[in-house]
Amino acid sequence: MSARNTARIAYLILIYGFLYLPILVLIVYSFNDSKYSLEWQGMTWAWYQNLFDDPDLLQVALNSALVATLSATVATGIGALAAVALYRYDFFGKSLLQGLIFVLMMTPDIVMGIALLILFASLSLPLGFWTLLLAHITFNIPFVVVTVFSRISGFDRHLIEAAKDLGATEFQTVRRVILPLLVPAVGAGWLLSFTLSMDDVMVSFFVTGPTFEILPLKIYSMVRLGVTPEINALCTIMLGVTLILILIAQLLLREKP
Amino acid sequence: MRIREPFKLAAIGMIWFWLAAFALLPNLLVVLASVLERGGDEFVAFAFTLDSYRRLLDPLYLGVLLDSLWLAAATTILCLLLGYPFAYLLTRMPARWRPMLLLLVIIPFWTSSLVRTYAMVIILQTNGWLNQILLKLGLIAEPLELLYTEPAVIAGMLYALLPFMILPLYAVLEKLDRRLIEAAHDLGAGRVTIFRRIVLPLTLPGVVAGCMLTFLPGLGMFYVADLLGGARTLLVGNLIRDQFLSARDWPFGAAASVLLTGLMGLLLWAYYLSSRRASRGALP
Amino acid sequence: MSEPVIELRNVSKAYAANPVLCNINLQARTGEFLTLLGPSGCGKTTILRLLAGFEKPDSGEIRIAGQDMQTLPPEQRQVNTVFQSYALFPHLTVFENVAFGPRLKRVRGEELQERVTDALRMVKLEEFARRKPGQLSGGQQQRVAIARAVVNRPRVLLLDEPLSALDYKLRKAMQIELKQLQRRLGITFIFVTHDQEEALSMSDRVAVMNAGRIEQFGTPRQIYEAPENLFVARFVGEINNLPGRVVAAAPPRYDIRLYDRVINLKSQYVFRVGDRVNLLIRPEDVRIWREYEGSAEERATLFPAVVEEVVYKGSTVDLAIRLDHGDVLATTQFFNEDDQALVNLDFREGERVFVDWVHDWETILPHED
Repeated sequence: MSARNTARIAYLILIYGFLYLPILVLIVYSFNDSKYSLEWQGMTWAWYQNLFDDPDLLQVALNSALVATLSATVATGIGALAAVALYRYDFFGKSLLQGLIFVLMMTPDIVMGIALLILFASLSLPLGFWTLLLAHITFNIPFVVVTVFSRISGFDRHLIEAAKDLGATEFQTVRRVILPLLVPAVGAGWLLSFTLSMDDVMVSFFVTGPTFEILPLKIYSMVRLGVTPEINALCTIMLGVTLILILIAQLLLREKP
Repeated sequence: MRIREPFKLAAIGMIWFWLAAFALLPNLLVVLASVLERGGDEFVAFAFTLDSYRRLLDPLYLGVLLDSLWLAAATTILCLLLGYPFAYLLTRMPARWRPMLLLLVIIPFWTSSLVRTYAMVIILQTNGWLNQILLKLGLIAEPLELLYTEPAVIAGMLYALLPFMILPLYAVLEKLDRRLIEAAHDLGAGRVTIFRRIVLPLTLPGVVAGCMLTFLPGLGMFYVADLLGGARTLLVGNLIRDQFLSARDWPFGAAASVLLTGLMGLLLWAYYLSSRRASRGALP
Repeated sequence: MSEPVIELRNVSKAYAANPVLCNINLQARTGEFLTLLGPSGCGKTTILRLLAGFEKPDSGEIRIAGQDMQTLPPEQRQVNTVFQSYALFPHLTVFENVAFGPRLKRVRGEELQERVTDALRMVKLEEFARRKPGQLSGGQQQRVAIARAVVNRPRVLLLDEPLSALDYKLRKAMQIELKQLQRRLGITFIFVTHDQEEALSMSDRVAVMNAGRIEQFGTPRQIYEAPENLFVARFVGEINNLPGRVVAAAPPRYDIRLYDRVINLKSQYVFRVGDRVNLLIRPEDVRIWREYEGSAEERATLFPAVVEEVVYKGSTVDLAIRLDHGDVLATTQFFNEDDQALVNLDFREGERVFVDWVHDWETILPHED
């Protein structure tokens, strides 16, 4: 193997190493049988056990899961239909809409968080579950639109004409031809939204209130107090969940129509 | 308008409504808030003023702004320097490995950056992983104070944001037509020239997109600065947060946010220009 | 005389600033196989799409079975399309693809089963009912597309270059099958193709199109043997175009000067003395005499020429012959069963020959460039 190739592969490994090393360290230490030291003292499930014994934490985790599920579902509904509409129709303000979705996706979390906070404040909405849900749906929508739209753009454009030709109305065409073919992309969109929602820190930071705690924010407050093995375990679980969801989403997107 | 297609109306109506209510309107309110006065009980008082913007120019806050810009810019440049060769090498890998390699980049991309920042804390702590290794290897006698320094914040942001730079770069490098490079070689161009006049202009949209996805969050990511920089580092993100939650100076926070949005607008415009230029053909 | 099942009256369409159809008038009879023939971009597919309802005309009227299609969307028209790319639903089985249309009309159970199986049997694909389109070959997919369309019993079937993706042998076989199917079903087929051989062999009538206009509309025979303008003559088959001038007129017969000879020929057009004309002669109508054939007097009435190129094509020999007057003629010579020694087609390049054609088998058109 030539020197240049070796250098290339070395560089790749270096960067991959950089990307994964901290995560791996985190995972390893979540099993470390030592409360304070980072010397390896043996394998234990104790920290995970502690997590499950903590009812508050479980409630917080459930809260997160609830918001993630609901927001992913609503965002997928709105986003998928929007993607279909963008593909199928020309309408007044179409490019504006596309631009808006793109900008929304690019908007830094903090800007979005503040904007929504101001909106909710001006409507005198109490900060809690509902404001959180609305916010999560909002930042999830663009990702669903992009995922579904890129899949639908790959369709044979005559498929829809064929359905019409055979007598299907717009709704029947969507229901019997477009949506079934979009199921993998819609599924992937849902999974991505769920992940985004579970992991979100900054937007949630501004729009939730003390009545409704969610996991990332809980982790944040825990972490500010210092490193503990329980946090390691918690983070490892979050990593694991994200990993599984993303893998499934990628598998769905890889399927050929 | 004939309601011949209720479905079409419903689909378009829904998305418009949602975006108008939760994307367009809130941002307009932010702009509005930034030009109002700070309120007492209410968050704002309805009196027009440009005070908030003037205060942004106050040396203290300006310093914060410049610090943040510097940190975010440094992170972005580092991401670019590290990420561009990486993305390029990815595209040169055998095709059957590429999906797997790409997946290995996508996973950190979707993983919570808070978790990853926390992982960085574990590494950089006084009794953290890095120090332990260095001690064990005998490279240092005493543990290094890595945490709560500016390099730590940069390292943390780099760690969180690198995948955001790699993915758009990869997307645009993959589409690069190899034959253009071959043709240029054939015509006698050297490697540097090829890069400067062919590869770079054509991949510019990806570069701008990557910079957008690293620079803007970099300005706002207050938790990285919190966890890795401690109370010493005040960034725009932290500033905005404090104004909203602690100081209750909403107009001021809004003004800072508008500033951020303005920067984003600039970058979006740069992206738009670069992609138009690339599609029209970048060979001079 | 029954009403035509399809009627286009003064139909025009333009995309952006580009006119695609200019004042099209066309009628199709019930049960006829009508082909729209023309080069890419001539508008033939556009007419199909207008009939199907995927596009609206900018002006003019479209009637199907007497009904004005102005407000009727594609899903309500009694017309079905076979697409060039087949457009089979990839997520449905062959059976479900074909059943798609009937299901929408609420056909269920046994009746549905019967109709679908019948349609599949017609295209000889009953055994593939459970397969998915991805598992079929191009020819098989094509037949599913046809079955999916005809199962709905449309008044008119529109076929958009359905055979263009098939290889030569399969194409020829499908041409025969389609024609038989059409005869059996008795419905009107509107067939689009750029292959003139296909058009001639399958159609009852052909509309030759060019740049948004119909150049000629007639039976295959009329199109081939009596082209009405130079475009049709050139597009359908090979043609030789010789320059002539009218020296005496006694309609319908005219004395035409061609090079140094004057020939008396018949034409449906009215010419005056002095008019320039195009003499169009098909290659297979050209007759060639070798140097040693016939008497000197006979040869004096023929056009002398030299063989420039000989192309052996298996069933024929094509020659490019340069007349002494300069023009080159393309001719196709068929092997004669009586010519045991096969010497008659043993032409050599550079050989001297004498040329004429079967008089009154030519077409005379007013001069065009």
